[in-house]
Amino acid sequence: MVRRIGLLVTCLVDLIRPSVGFATAKLMEDAGCIVEVPRQSCCGQPAFNSGDRTAAREIARQVIEAFAPYEYVVVPSGSCAGMLKVHYPELFRGDPNWQPRADAFAEKTYELVSFLVDVCRVDRVAARVEAVATYHDSCSSLRELGVRDQPRRLLATVQGLRLTEMRDADVCCGFGGAFCVKYPEISNAIVSKKAAAIAATGADLLLAGDLGCLMNMAGKLQRDGANIAVRHVAEVLAGMTQEPAIGMPAGPPPCSPPHAAESREGEVKR
Amino acid sequence: MTDVATHAATSPRFKDNAKSALADADLQNALKFVEVNFIARRREAAERLPEFDALRDSARDIKDHTLAHLDLYLEAYENRVVERGGHVHYAVTGEDARQIILDICRKLGARTVTKGKSMVAEEIGLNDFLAAQGITPIETDLGEYIIQLRHEMPSHIIAPAVHLTKAQIESDFRRVHAHLPAGRNLVEPTSLLTEARAVLREKFLAADVGITGANFLVAETGSSVIITNEGNGDLTQTLPKAHIVLASIEKLVPTLEDLSQLLRVLARSATGQDMSVYTTLSTGPRRPDDPDGPGEYHVVLLDNGRSSMLAGEFRDMLRCIRCGACMNHCPIYHAVGGHAYGWVYPGPMGAVLTPSLIGIDKAGHLPNASTFCGRCEEVCPVRIPLPRMMRSWREREFEQHLSPATVRSGLAFWGFFAKRPWLYGVATALAARLLALAGRTRGRFSWLPLASGWTRHRDFPAPQGGTFQAQWNRQRGRLARPVGQADGPNL
Repeated sequence: MVRRIGLLVTCLVDLIRPSVGFATAKLMEDAGCIVEVPRQSCCGQPAFNSGDRTAAREIARQVIEAFAPYEYVVVPSGSCAGMLKVHYPELFRGDPNWQPRADAFAEKTYELVSFLVDVCRVDRVAARVEAVATYHDSCSSLRELGVRDQPRRLLATVQGLRLTEMRDADVCCGFGGAFCVKYPEISNAIVSKKAAAIAATGADLLLAGDLGCLMNMAGKLQRDGANIAVRHVAEVLAGMTQEPAIGMPAGPPPCSPPHAAESREGEVKR
Repeated sequence: MTDVATHAATSPRFKDNAKSALADADLQNALKFVEVNFIARRREAAERLPEFDALRDSARDIKDHTLAHLDLYLEAYENRVVERGGHVHYAVTGEDARQIILDICRKLGARTVTKGKSMVAEEIGLNDFLAAQGITPIETDLGEYIIQLRHEMPSHIIAPAVHLTKAQIESDFRRVHAHLPAGRNLVEPTSLLTEARAVLREKFLAADVGITGANFLVAETGSSVIITNEGNGDLTQTLPKAHIVLASIEKLVPTLEDLSQLLRVLARSATGQDMSVYTTLSTGPRRPDDPDGPGEYHVVLLDNGRSSMLAGEFRDMLRCIRCGACMNHCPIYHAVGGHAYGWVYPGPMGAVLTPSLIGIDKAGHLPNASTFCGRCEEVCPVRIPLPRMMRSWREREFEQHLSPATVRSGLAFWGFFAKRPWLYGVATALAARLLALAGRTRGRFSWLPLASGWTRHRDFPAPQGGTFQAQWNRQRGRLARPVGQADGPNL
């Protein structure tokens, strides 16, 4: 069965790391789906979590309209998928016109990895990435959408990849959207603990399914001088690790020999 | 609100409180206990009981049912208490409750009162009030005793002194118990407990009135229930001439059977014990044949804003059974501890309850200082949707124009583009290109204008250059057309 997918790429991927969007598209196409990308901005989470329901509703209506033609909506982010799947219906509760639409929209929306495993029944990927990786459970993926085993199951089929669990993988990284800039000291305290837990695994590659969390953790690890590459789980599952890891410059730094740079990035090309 | 008990609230200074807390080495050391021990113990207790999650559903249902018929259960409860020879006093405000308690103490000529642990007493500022009226309150719970010595508030609803290290407590004991030999050994925690017990034993015998809170009030029997691990509450309520129970109205449960269901989730969620060491039911004053017990039994039922919560969107919060699991699992609480929240109730439950009690204008930071990680809701024994209710407070704050101007204008700027996807595409394509160019060499920024909150502590990754949508349209634009167009790909 060919599934027609509307890809909601998320505003962070769109702006900061398009390669995650291409990896997502590749994974879905490999699973036999047709992927399309309607014009989009953001899911409205910043407004919703700041208490501006009016703006959140306006944006939600726009998203529901834009993705109306698709059989499924797939999102490479737990928190944006959670917004669509859990909070859109909440936003329109009691609205005779929009509640049914929001409910139907929620029904067809999936976080990327759970879509691959739970809907497309993908049980292995063809990728090869040489690395010791540790996986962080983003809060919304884990607690709003129940995504826990799916990424680990697929990562276990990536050739060359060894997965090692960090302590407290299910504990928040301290990102929290606007929280991290509204309460930067507290956010820093939380991400410092997370960075220490990551470093303690000895892994050279950190993975997660949310770019917000990834940017936060990568930014902290890099500020601390840790040599751990950070990537979205889709990049590894798709075997698309040609692009430098998050926050890393293109190409090896001029002073270090190429293989040193390679091992610092924690991976070998496919 | 103008109640004296809320004047002391430092919640408006949450940010400063948090900064001091993060810089306090003793506090940071003490908080490790919360992060490690409570969590592991709760998990083990829950895993030992296969029906734990089903019990949580039933605990939620019992509380919901009680709240839906609270007027009837209050009436039934009052009748039972009176039948057993007790007195019930309704207090609309904290001020009312303080006055009722003072009157009872005055009538008995009370000079000292012993106290069992009670968060509601903290809520109404009872100790300071009684002391100002010449009545000495003595806390008998070890943790409460310690913070009373230090003139502090509890920093946790079940472990009031959890913010302190053993060394700090030892030095307080040496300072206050100056009559004891200076060379005594206080290295072991049990030696601290033994010393506090000995000091408190005399106070128990001297007290005229004992005041306790209540974990539950049982409508079926008119009983108040306290759950403790030290036994201090039992002595507080049986030895003096009068026992005053101070409890808020949502502590009611219909029957003893309901009580036993709630007890099965309470201690497991709180300390990871199957049951606390003492579960004590008090029903009325001493009867003629009883070997001991108080001559008078009073219940002060405090509303203090609860009945208006009952009618609104924060009703679910009234299910709370004060186990502390939400704060034990909260990354914010782990980072800053309870005092930073600035009033009586800390952590996620405090972030929802405190604005109801002292006003969102004072407590606005509390529901904002959350990452919405959802761990609190995940462990709540009565399944209170804490993140959802924190968001509801943010909505109230936004509606009342109480959110900071920077937040509002930032949101408006972002919203302008987010609501216009075409314009958004143009603006982000430009931003992505510029930032990618600027960050090309290092791949990240250690400083960015308007983003110092981020870059003070973390690097910010440079965009790869060109938005996803622009690149996708360039690569695939001619291949994929919107669904429904006549010349779309054949399926």
